[in-house]
Amino acid sequence: MAVTRQDPDGRGQVQVDTAPIVSDEVKTTTCYMCACRCGVKVHLKDGAVRYIEGNPDHPVNQGVLCAKGSAGVMQQNSPAKLRKPLLRTGERGAGQFKEIEWGEALALAADWLTEIRGRDPSKLAFFTGRDQSQSFTGWWAAQFGTPNFAAHGGFCSVNMAAAGLYTIGGSFWEFGEPDWDHTRYFMMFGVAEDHDSNPIKMGLGRMKTKGQAKFVSVNPVKTGYSAIADEWIGLRPGTDGLFVMALIHELLRAEKVDWDFLVRYTNAHWLVVDAPGDPDHGLFARNALGDPLCWDVRNGEGALRSALIPETKPRLVGAATLEDGRRAIPAFELMARRYLDPRYAPDAVAETIGIEARTIKRLAAELAEAAFESDLELDIEWTDWAGRKHDSFIGRPVSMHAMRGISAHSNGFHTCRAIHLLQMLLGSIDAPGGFRSKPPFPRPCPPGPKPAGQTVKPNTPIAGMPLGFPQGPEDLLVDEAGAPKRVDKAYSWDFPIAAHGLMHMVIHNAWSADPYPVDLLFLYMANMSWNSSMNAAGVMHYLTDKHPDGSYKIPKIIYSDAYHSEMVPYADLVLPDTTYLERWDCISLLDRPICSAHGPADAIRQPVLTPDRDVRPFQDVLLDLGARIGLPGLTRDDGSPKFPGGYSDYIVNHQRGPGVGPLAGWRGVDGDSHGKGTVNPDQLDRYIENGCFWSDSFTPAQSYYKHGNREYLDYAHKMGFIPAADQIVMQIYSEHLQKFRLAAQGHGDRQPPDHLRQRIESYFDPLPIWYTPFEEEAVDEESFPLHAVTQRPMHMYHSWGSQNAWLRQITARNRLFIHPSVAEELGVIEDDWVWIVSHHGRVKAQVKPMAGVNPHTTWTWNAIGKRKGAWGLAPDAPEATKGFLLNHVISELLPPKSDGQRYSNSDPVTGQAAWYDLRVRLEKCAEDGPGETEPTFDMLPPLAEAPKPAGFDAERSLLRYGESLTGAPSGRSAAEHREWIGNRHEYAQGDAGVQDGQGNRLREEDAS
Amino acid sequence: MHPAKSVIFFTTASGAGYGLGFWLILLSLTGLAPQTPLLGWAGFSLAFVLVTAGLLASTFHLGHPERAWRALSQWRTSWLSREGVAAVATYIPVGLYGAGWVFGADLSQPFWQTVGGLGAALCVITVFCTAMIYASLKPVHAWRSAVTPAAYLALAWATGAVVLTVLVRLDAGLADMRAAVDTIALFGIALSTVIKRVHWFRVTKTHGTGSAESATGLGDLGKVTLLEAPHTEANYLLKEMGFSIARQHAAALWRAAFIAGVILPFALIAVAGAMPSSLGLVLTALAALSAAIGVVVERWLFFAQAKHSVTLYYGADRA
Amino acid sequence: MTALPARELATKLGLVIDLDICVGCHACAVNCKEWNAGGHSAPLTDSDPYGADPSGVWFNRIHTFEVETEAGDSRTVHFPKSCLHCDDAPCVTVCPTGASYKRVEDGIVLVNADTCIGCKLCSWACPYGAREYDEDAGVMKKCTLCIDKIYNETLPVESRVPACVSTCPAGARSFGDLGDPNSDVSKIVAARGGYDLMPEQGCKPVNKYLPPRPRKHDPDGEGLSPVEADQAGLLARWVDRLFTR
Ligand SMILES: Nc1nc2c(c(=O)[nH]1)N[C@H]1C(S)=C(S)[C@@H](COP(=O)(O)OP(=O)(O)OC[C@H]3O[C@@H](n4cnc5c(=O)[nH]c(N)nc54)[C@H](O)[C@@H]3O)O[C@H]1N2
Ligand SMILES: Nc1nc2c(c(=O)[nH]1)N[C@H]1C(S)=C(S)[C@@H](COP(=O)(O)OP(=O)(O)OC[C@H]3O[C@@H](n4cnc5c(=O)[nH]c(N)nc54)[C@H](O)[C@@H]3O)O[C@H]1N2
Ligand code: SF4
Ligand code: SF4
Ligand code: SF4
Ligand code: SF4
Ligand code: SF4
Ligand SMILES: [Mo]
Repeated sequence: MAVTRQDPDGRGQVQVDTAPIVSDEVKTTTCYMCACRCGVKVHLKDGAVRYIEGNPDHPVNQGVLCAKGSAGVMQQNSPAKLRKPLLRTGERGAGQFKEIEWGEALALAADWLTEIRGRDPSKLAFFTGRDQSQSFTGWWAAQFGTPNFAAHGGFCSVNMAAAGLYTIGGSFWEFGEPDWDHTRYFMMFGVAEDHDSNPIKMGLGRMKTKGQAKFVSVNPVKTGYSAIADEWIGLRPGTDGLFVMALIHELLRAEKVDWDFLVRYTNAHWLVVDAPGDPDHGLFARNALGDPLCWDVRNGEGALRSALIPETKPRLVGAATLEDGRRAIPAFELMARRYLDPRYAPDAVAETIGIEARTIKRLAAELAEAAFESDLELDIEWTDWAGRKHDSFIGRPVSMHAMRGISAHSNGFHTCRAIHLLQMLLGSIDAPGGFRSKPPFPRPCPPGPKPAGQTVKPNTPIAGMPLGFPQGPEDLLVDEAGAPKRVDKAYSWDFPIAAHGLMHMVIHNAWSADPYPVDLLFLYMANMSWNSSMNAAGVMHYLTDKHPDGSYKIPKIIYSDAYHSEMVPYADLVLPDTTYLERWDCISLLDRPICSAHGPADAIRQPVLTPDRDVRPFQDVLLDLGARIGLPGLTRDDGSPKFPGGYSDYIVNHQRGPGVGPLAGWRGVDGDSHGKGTVNPDQLDRYIENGCFWSDSFTPAQSYYKHGNREYLDYAHKMGFIPAADQIVMQIYSEHLQKFRLAAQGHGDRQPPDHLRQRIESYFDPLPIWYTPFEEEAVDEESFPLHAVTQRPMHMYHSWGSQNAWLRQITARNRLFIHPSVAEELGVIEDDWVWIVSHHGRVKAQVKPMAGVNPHTTWTWNAIGKRKGAWGLAPDAPEATKGFLLNHVISELLPPKSDGQRYSNSDPVTGQAAWYDLRVRLEKCAEDGPGETEPTFDMLPPLAEAPKPAGFDAERSLLRYGESLTGAPSGRSAAEHREWIGNRHEYAQGDAGVQDGQGNRLREEDAS
Repeated sequence: MHPAKSVIFFTTASGAGYGLGFWLILLSLTGLAPQTPLLGWAGFSLAFVLVTAGLLASTFHLGHPERAWRALSQWRTSWLSREGVAAVATYIPVGLYGAGWVFGADLSQPFWQTVGGLGAALCVITVFCTAMIYASLKPVHAWRSAVTPAAYLALAWATGAVVLTVLVRLDAGLADMRAAVDTIALFGIALSTVIKRVHWFRVTKTHGTGSAESATGLGDLGKVTLLEAPHTEANYLLKEMGFSIARQHAAALWRAAFIAGVILPFALIAVAGAMPSSLGLVLTALAALSAAIGVVVERWLFFAQAKHSVTLYYGADRA
Repeated sequence: MTALPARELATKLGLVIDLDICVGCHACAVNCKEWNAGGHSAPLTDSDPYGADPSGVWFNRIHTFEVETEAGDSRTVHFPKSCLHCDDAPCVTVCPTGASYKRVEDGIVLVNADTCIGCKLCSWACPYGAREYDEDAGVMKKCTLCIDKIYNETLPVESRVPACVSTCPAGARSFGDLGDPNSDVSKIVAARGGYDLMPEQGCKPVNKYLPPRPRKHDPDGEGLSPVEADQAGLLARWVDRLFTR
């Protein structure tokens, strides 16, 4: 058919309004749809959100916005928003509540809290989820006097945080990033999305467009980031440690190590006492000042000298004799001896990890080539920690990033340390092209302070912050008998370096009164009866179980949520929070900062909408409660509240130390000091004027080798990031771990109870080790031949995305992805139902075969399955009927040992929840037909008078959001269209002939 | 493609109506049909009812039926518009001719012959336009062929003629033309059968040149399969264009359509020819009923079996 | 306006999508939804938004494919798809009312919601599935190329691009005049071998896709050669090494 064409001038074509007035007002704030905390511009029209876009000036996201951030509109418009404080009326868990006034709610909570504080503050367990105000909530707990505080880190990524902070003084998680612009080889371990959500995507896009780097993804599943990798290493879950050690083996054998880096920036040369049986065996040999020693061969003759002074030529191999005649061996040699062992040879590990030996060998060669054969050198003059000037920064353009694929295994701490070791050998930490710390990191390994809470007294704050970094057995929170002082057993002999607590064990422990019961469980934004707990059904039981006398085993539960989650029905008192668009918040350097490797930054949220319900910001509520119960830091001498203006008052006026407050920007009366400075009453205005964030940029000379960079260290000290401007020495060999091991071997006055000796001795190895993940070790392979892991969908945030009318249209149900060989063996095809059976239980799911998955691995999207009645969804929503929660088959306890002992399903060093150790088998479901997931639970009663989403026509079940938000014509004619080139700057560097700039801004415009 | 009831009713009913109108006029012009008022009234009213009900039904699936008139404007490019224009235009000569018939005009006059010729031609053109709406759609391989207009025309011929076999048994005065009408109907059925057979072959044994590989442009890299659709629940595209029917199910329906639409009407009409008129009336009425069922099933399958190229983005490897 | 513009258009605005770096995050799809919900085609109605069968009007959707070689090597490719603003747009020519049209100024294909009768024929005619019927409004909707954003002087300069483009975290989306061979978008299309979807349909789409780049992966690469046969040899070799701090 011939194409018919219209009149050449388009006469008669309808005129389109190309310039409607979009909004009445645009306000900046910070996104909270995930923990990445991007800057946003919120367009408001008639008091409603018309459009949320990325703030182009913001250091985190530079204008981009992810799917979740873009769907903030529908989070605000959720039918699951809580309306008013709720007091339980029926049985716990039944979801029967009456709405009460705030006055009553606060008085009740204050009564409960006051009573406990006067009796035994540790009977309050205050645990918060992905809390972005941890420095405030932790401080509140400390003021209250309970050591039982933690946020979500224990079930999240404490393995990464602890391994990093004890090893390189920084960490993966969102505390560091690859040098995207210079890297030539990027290896990513176990990341589907990460907290650094947008920056990783931006970095990958830039790196791949520039085209000079090879991107290797180590991950049993090939989706998301792995999909765009140049090479996919689909190893078997839990075996990364072995893989990395094999790489180290290869590098050492070929002598492909950065010697200079090791002697300058790590403890490779520090001498380790070699005196088996002595109480200091395996500790560093030190001089009288406490400095570690090295064997200095500067003058031909060897001598013991402080390992910290610059003017030495230390030996890395070869025993030295200490003054007392004992032998000491450089840390490097101990390390090299271990990994040169043939059991780490690629041929020895290939089968276990499921990757061919020649591939491992090749990857080692590629890493070496990228690190050592590159000509990357940045001509920037800089000064090292010892005051020596250098003309340039030498590049080691191999970067790495790792997250929960490493973290969520019971061997994750050591695996993460092994990755850091690999990075150190390649000299690629904070080198151009390598992994770069974000301020305030690096910090000393480990950073101070130690966990507080050794003594707990009525009506008395504990002596510091509840979470910290123990350096040896003396810092553990255990009693004389070695029993845990914290209810989650963090910092006990069970989990000595549980630097983020063990939120996933709190409810279990409180219920079983092991180590002791609590009186009040106070939870904030964690969906503990569902997706953030292992064994969700068990947790529901613990929360509702009663003593023979009919009283609840967990006597009182207060919970703050903003939405009708699965956790709400398990509270006695519900404190409804606002949404993120309705409150002040503070993204503080004292907390989990949003800095980049280019400089520090912090940010605020400002209320851009007024709540249409009787809800209050949780931080305000916490301040109010603190004042009511008379917490010292929260009240004045006369007993009146210290921050009557609520959280914004606190943000501006609270000082943690002299001149140190929640926000670093515009401090001082004139607002001209940054980092430290006195309180500036106009601080928030300055933030708002600047787009709700503050950021600073390092000078080029401060930008690399920050752990040993004089200008950086001075700056960091001035800013309060580090206590002293001393070099930060990375720890290949960890003496801190050895201290625990020595205790287990019978040294010192603080020793583990006998049943834990063996465990501590095995897992507190000062050098990275690999062992089979616990669950895999405990169950037999034949019964449970497959691994089962989850991945975060990039467009969903845990459970809270499902209430979002837009996001749930993308994923309203999840299937179990399996390798085609598994499908064939099982005789199932796409969408057939199977039982996923673990040692703990079973859950029913539909399958989807895929090629890009390790054949021994199955996986699904995380937290899509929902309980009927929650989240404002209809009971027959696919989330509840087809979507499933893998957590039902993950147990918080491992199968019993031969002695009947059941250990927590956690990393033995840090207490990190070992989600991805799960082993399963699949059984084809007998019936065909549509099917429904199991287990299911009683339907939760929907919220009384749930808010009606704007534009929602309930009768016809239609949502017409936006209908009333269209803009009036501005009368302006069409402007010129503007080109936008994704990664324009990187294209401009290639030979496509594209003009330089960024996005649709060309260079000249940036200049003008 | 989603088989919408209104569209199925529209195309089958109007097809039969235009077929009926066409044969009435043609048989009249050729002098085979006596100008009895009964045949005129019954024939033309039935044709009008079928066509009008069909056209009305076709507006039911519109989002804005009140704007249906706008569909007449784009006849230069759009077959749907052409069909609308043709459908409206057909009313005039066919209506006029029908009026002439029942009010006893001398239909042998050149004027009436012209009107009749125009009417008959417009019946054909309208059905052709309807068919071309489908035949012009490149994304639907099953339709994009000369077979589509051929089938629509043949089926209009057949169904119109089958209806006429009933009408010519209403009145003894029409006895003479029964044999001719029966023959036309039988021919129509036979012709449709052959054409639909070709259509069946096209639908089941061939497919468009497009593939998941060409749709995504990823063919150079290997074989393309869908891992995840954009949305876990069905969207408009899938509901409208992703309709699919199992092979066995389709084969069973084809058999049903063949029995109801071909075997039964053919046999009944053939037998009716040898029967007295009262029995013949019953038999042809049964034939018409059966043909109606057959053609509705046929039309349902016409949609249900047609695969749209968009399905290539949703898991089909060929469409 | 059912006829297509009579001459080759001077300006053909469109998108360029880089399949090499798209990570399948759905940001472009959701930001599109967000902008357009209150935009030119407002609202983008959602039906059963909290119920058993949620579905709605989306102008952009992200598919994920697996591509397998005969050797069994697989590759996962994320694949966003919206209207391609075809030069020979069949959705326009089939429209019986003239509601569907291709703008002469810039080639953007739009639907006039005031005259659309909701016959859905254009959605049948589009081979790509780029048309979105709003059952509730009874009219066809589709990607507008953000016509109320790209020219909108009431917005800051950097916002004057399609919502899906400025939001894409990976930078996988570009926008510009593909009718001008000297535009930067045309240059990257040329440099990267940008291609058309379903060329056999003959719609001459304006939007282009950049293919995944060849992987930087040489499976036959060599491993490292050990400098000594065993551990003892290596340690002996390193004992006497001098290092400067
Ligand atoms: N199987 C499996 N389970 C896992 C994981 C896994 O990978 N696989 N990952 C684990 C990890 S790392 C994590 S971090 C957890 C996360 O699990 P959770 O921390 O439980 O995460 P969410 O489901 O987002 O729940 C947080 C709660 O906060 C509420 N909320 C949202 N916004 C606000 C607000 O503004 N104020 C208040 N007060 N409440 C709000 C939500 O309504 C929700 O009830 O899941 C863990 N569980
Ligand atoms: N969109 C979105 N973003 C989020 C979240 C969210 O819910 N949604 N949650 C936030 C939170 S709380 C967290 S903790 C982060 C986590 O962010 P990620 O670290 O990206 O967490 P996961 O999605 O659990 O991804 C784990 C990856 O590890 C892989 N994996 C599993 N086992 C192994 C293994 O043994 N070895 C290797 N190499 N890989 C393995 C899995 O296939 C998966 O790809 O994301 C944060 N960002
Ligand atoms: S990554 Fe997305 S959800 Fe997270 S803060 Fe940024 S825009 Fe918001
Ligand atoms: S926003 Fe970019 S990376 Fe994400 S799906 Fe769209 S094109 Fe791909
Ligand atoms: S992609 Fe489809 S809707 Fe868009 S112009 Fe082409 S044919 Fe029309
Ligand atoms: S649905 Fe509307 S735009 Fe599409 S063809 Fe029909 S009238 Fe034209
Ligand atoms: S150009 Fe605009 S309307 Fe089209 S897909 Fe992108 S955001 Fe949506
Ligand atoms: Mo997490």
